[in-house]
Amino acid sequence: MKILFKYFKNYRVRAILAPLFKMLEASFELLVPLVMAAIIDKGIKNGDKPYIMKMGLLMIVLGVVGFGCSVMAQYFSARTAMAVGKELRYDLFAHIENLSFSEIDEIGSSTLITRMTSDVNQIQTGVNMFLRLFLRSPFIVFGAVFMALLVDRKAGFIVLCILPILCVIVFSIMFYSIPLYKKVQDRTDTVLMKTRENLSGARVIRAFSQEGAEMEEFERATNILTEGQLFVGRISAFLNPLTYAVINLGIAAVIWKGAKQVDLGLLAQGGVYALVNYLSQILIELIKLANLIIIETKAIACLKRVEAVFETKSSQKYRGEDTNEKESADAFADLRSFDVRQALGNPKLVFEHAGLTYKHGAEPALVDVNLTVFPGETVGIIGGTGSGKSTLVNLIPRFYDCTEGRVLLDGMDVKEYGKEELRKKIGIVPQKAVLFSGTIAENLRLGNAEATDEELYHALERAQAMELIREKQGGLSHRLNIGAKNLSGGQRQRMTIARALAKNPEVLILDDSASALDFATEAKLKAAIRELADKMTVFIVSQRITSIMHADKIVVLDDGAVCGIGSHSHLLKNCAVYQEIYDSQIQEDEESWVANS
Amino acid sequence: MNNRDILKRVLRYIDEYRMQVVMSLACALVSVVTTLYAPVLFGDAIDCIIGPGEVHFSDIKSIISKLFFVIALTVISQLAMNMINNRITYSVVKDIRIQAFNHLETLPLSYIDAAKHGDIVSRIVTDIDTLADGLLMGFSQLFTGLVTILGTLVFMLSIHVPIALVVVILTPLSLFVASYIARSTHRLFVRQAESRGELTSLVDEMIGEQKVVQAFSYEERALERFSEINDQLEEDSMRATFYSSLTNPSTRFVNGLVYTSVGIIGALAVMKGRLSVGKLTAFLSYANQYTKPFNEISNVITELQNAIACAGRVFELLDTPAEERDREEKKLTHVRGEVNISHVDFSYDKSKELIKELNLFVKPGMRVAIVGPTGSGKSTLINLLMRFYDVDAGSISVDGTEIRRADRISLRSSYGMVLQETWLKSGTIKENIAYGKKNATDNQIIEAAKKSHAHSFIKRLPQGYDTVISEDGGNLSQGQKQLLCITRVMLLSPPMLILDEATSSIDTMTENRIQRAFKKMMEGRTSFIVAHRLSTIRESDVILVMKDGHIIEQGNHEELLRNRGFYHELFYSQFAH
Repeated sequence: MKILFKYFKNYRVRAILAPLFKMLEASFELLVPLVMAAIIDKGIKNGDKPYIMKMGLLMIVLGVVGFGCSVMAQYFSARTAMAVGKELRYDLFAHIENLSFSEIDEIGSSTLITRMTSDVNQIQTGVNMFLRLFLRSPFIVFGAVFMALLVDRKAGFIVLCILPILCVIVFSIMFYSIPLYKKVQDRTDTVLMKTRENLSGARVIRAFSQEGAEMEEFERATNILTEGQLFVGRISAFLNPLTYAVINLGIAAVIWKGAKQVDLGLLAQGGVYALVNYLSQILIELIKLANLIIIETKAIACLKRVEAVFETKSSQKYRGEDTNEKESADAFADLRSFDVRQALGNPKLVFEHAGLTYKHGAEPALVDVNLTVFPGETVGIIGGTGSGKSTLVNLIPRFYDCTEGRVLLDGMDVKEYGKEELRKKIGIVPQKAVLFSGTIAENLRLGNAEATDEELYHALERAQAMELIREKQGGLSHRLNIGAKNLSGGQRQRMTIARALAKNPEVLILDDSASALDFATEAKLKAAIRELADKMTVFIVSQRITSIMHADKIVVLDDGAVCGIGSHSHLLKNCAVYQEIYDSQIQEDEESWVANS
Repeated sequence: MNNRDILKRVLRYIDEYRMQVVMSLACALVSVVTTLYAPVLFGDAIDCIIGPGEVHFSDIKSIISKLFFVIALTVISQLAMNMINNRITYSVVKDIRIQAFNHLETLPLSYIDAAKHGDIVSRIVTDIDTLADGLLMGFSQLFTGLVTILGTLVFMLSIHVPIALVVVILTPLSLFVASYIARSTHRLFVRQAESRGELTSLVDEMIGEQKVVQAFSYEERALERFSEINDQLEEDSMRATFYSSLTNPSTRFVNGLVYTSVGIIGALAVMKGRLSVGKLTAFLSYANQYTKPFNEISNVITELQNAIACAGRVFELLDTPAEERDREEKKLTHVRGEVNISHVDFSYDKSKELIKELNLFVKPGMRVAIVGPTGSGKSTLINLLMRFYDVDAGSISVDGTEIRRADRISLRSSYGMVLQETWLKSGTIKENIAYGKKNATDNQIIEAAKKSHAHSFIKRLPQGYDTVISEDGGNLSQGQKQLLCITRVMLLSPPMLILDEATSSIDTMTENRIQRAFKKMMEGRTSFIVAHRLSTIRESDVILVMKDGHIIEQGNHEELLRNRGFYHELFYSQFAH
């Protein structure tokens, strides 16, 4: 709840004006029964026609003013609610973007998406209705009680007694159903996840002819959701009938008490009418309030889910993230680049006893890595599946933080850098070739918005993707659709390489990112990257020995541990694992090549 | 599709629950009648209270006891109605949702590849939720509202005709205002739904691929793009919400006029002695209650507008044509694996040629390797073999049956497919391996995992084979995911095999072992292998060298090398460092 207040603050005036106008409108409404009672007791009793007409005119005036107030209220509440919704969405998006990889792994992206979209919508509706009704309804209810007491204290006392009973009914139903709404929302998440999964896995599902099984599973998830919805619905179904019963029994009691008061000459007939009328007004408002409470309970459940995201703080801290620290960080940055220029010949990257155990991971993914890399060097990283190759390079841009030891970039711990500053230095080509919908140019400028077309062409050329541009209509402005499904796997991969190169990074990381390329293309790519060697320090993660054998340094990983560092020839002599890999790949092909030529 | 058609279609779903609808209507009728009767009783009671010493307590007593009965009846009927409405709504919504999802499973891949996934998800989840809200409101308030209006009229006419007529003449104004507002806001709701879809789509991409966004420090610009759509959405939502929310005050104002007229004319009638004060209060209470159903109906109409806009988007999805089916589909059984591709033309973008005049005859048991530069059409060929896409011209047949005439399921299950893109479902490792063979025993699963060399890493996971992997593989590495995909196929041992860069992320030692397992499994079975590892290619019976959508060379390894053509160049490049 607290986070919402923050948003209201910016719209304080509107947020106050909306309910204020609603209350004005409600006050005018409360006056109507009194006017009518006056018509009955004075106009009719005295046969005073002009009085009746005058009072009628008064009622119309009350209506017009009420209408005006109401329009204002609707406007202010819609404006406030939508603005609050917008800002909440904005902050949530920004917050999610700042979560580190560990948190993203843990929460999962599909639930983040529901929270971002449908949850915020519910909150928005909740805020809107809250501003419109939450003050109006209680105001009318309490106002009606007050007016009833004004008309006749004894009969009015009955109205006063009914209130706590109604409150108990309303609040206990609300109290009971809020957690249930949250549960329903979680089940909606499952339905959403299944839908997403079936879209992304359409090929595999069909190849395995599992459409039927998927349908069954979806049906099961939907049934569970429906059950939840029905259960919550059943509880809220009690609200209206119960309040109706209480109010009407109250009216019966008021009539009885009123009759006694009239008999004693303490009250007039019109007064009894006004009392009954106030109770009916309370009923009408309570029905509105009940509907409102349903909307609000949903909204609160959604708000809790959104809050949970806000409460998930990034486990990584970057320099300059606190605003007051920012300036000094900038000053440091200048100093640092100066140092770097001075320190040519110093190592670019140093891994000192670096190790990592993933959250919830049973065993460490990486242990005690010691490695020194000089500017312009090319480092090959090779090892079996799951040997920790990606984990190793993921430590450089701080996708994950070392749980042991540290990584130094240009002589400084990567944890000491500002986020932007660190990531700017590093260009990474991930395993999974993900591109966004948009033009090719937009995709290439992902990491460097200022890159000129010239630079993009340059990057494409080095990534061996020029022909792709030539053959696609519109060249750089060719549009890729979602997931870039209109490109082949290899084309996507070359695009992601070009994207990293367009950043002009100091450190380039190719995380097994030539796997979908054919030999000829890969060879050309390697040659192009070698040309950049004096400007860039390059990490190549690969399964293929041919991809890394010419690297200045080769790191051989086995089960998360380094079992050899050195050049190709050095490792061939000294590292058993490397020899084994070499034998499994090169030898037979070389032999066959010899045999064939 | 216009609104009326959409509504009709929604009603057809509701028709399934006819009995419940009838019961709900019956309950609504009872509750309305009793609700309307209560004010008459109140009026009667007030008429018994004339002035000091003129109060008929015994009459009041009997009226109140009648009242108890009426209240009890109202409570029971309302409660029953609420329960039934809940059930109808959520059942209908469930039906539509399941149907939409099932339809998704039959949509052609060309649609799924091109569609914005976030948008489809928002149709199946959010839009259907909105439809549920609209339906529930419609059920609980539309009919009750209408009956209340009618019932009120009857009661009023029975009490005093002229005043009733005043009400009848004035109320259409309220209806007119409500429908005018609803009509002019419909457009705004459509625009809101569109903006919302656009936002979901962007969020889906940016949050779904958060890691790439962060790696490229794209956060700020992503936020800018988001902010732009977000602002637009705010504006659209604001308009839709504000204009539609004018309905309530407007109708309330009109009904205020009605109330006043009843008050004045009624008061004059009482003066002339044509009406009692009690009847007038009953009348006024009706005038008040008369306000309510109009307000409710107008509320329902706005809500229904929104719901219909959403239902329209769901139906649009449902109306997207499914994969074409031949009427007399032939089930492929005991597939030998003879594949004949003749004169095939195909392209994704019909304005741009891709595959042209492709011919290939594969004898049962042949190993076919497909090589060629990226983008030369290797994966496209697989799309055609699996019938993910249909050929534009020419034909592909398996065992002499043209695949367009064959039952899709039987065709697809004759192939085991491993793609470079790994897709795993959320579930346990075991469920993923047994994906194509739900009844596999634990032993068979472990056996398959051993063959594909996935067993050793699975064993080390926290819960072994019962470890739950989250959406799209979660924490597994690309190579581990690929191993699982291979195991999935190993378990099946299908008559034909398609491997599209199936081992690209697996280390070579393991790969060699897997290849041997594959080789053993594929003995005498047809296989298509897209690969770049020459050791794999060399052992194939026939190698297709593809370039720009054509097969430019065809033959076995030795023949192709002897030709000194494109293959020679490709092969040579491996060592051209």
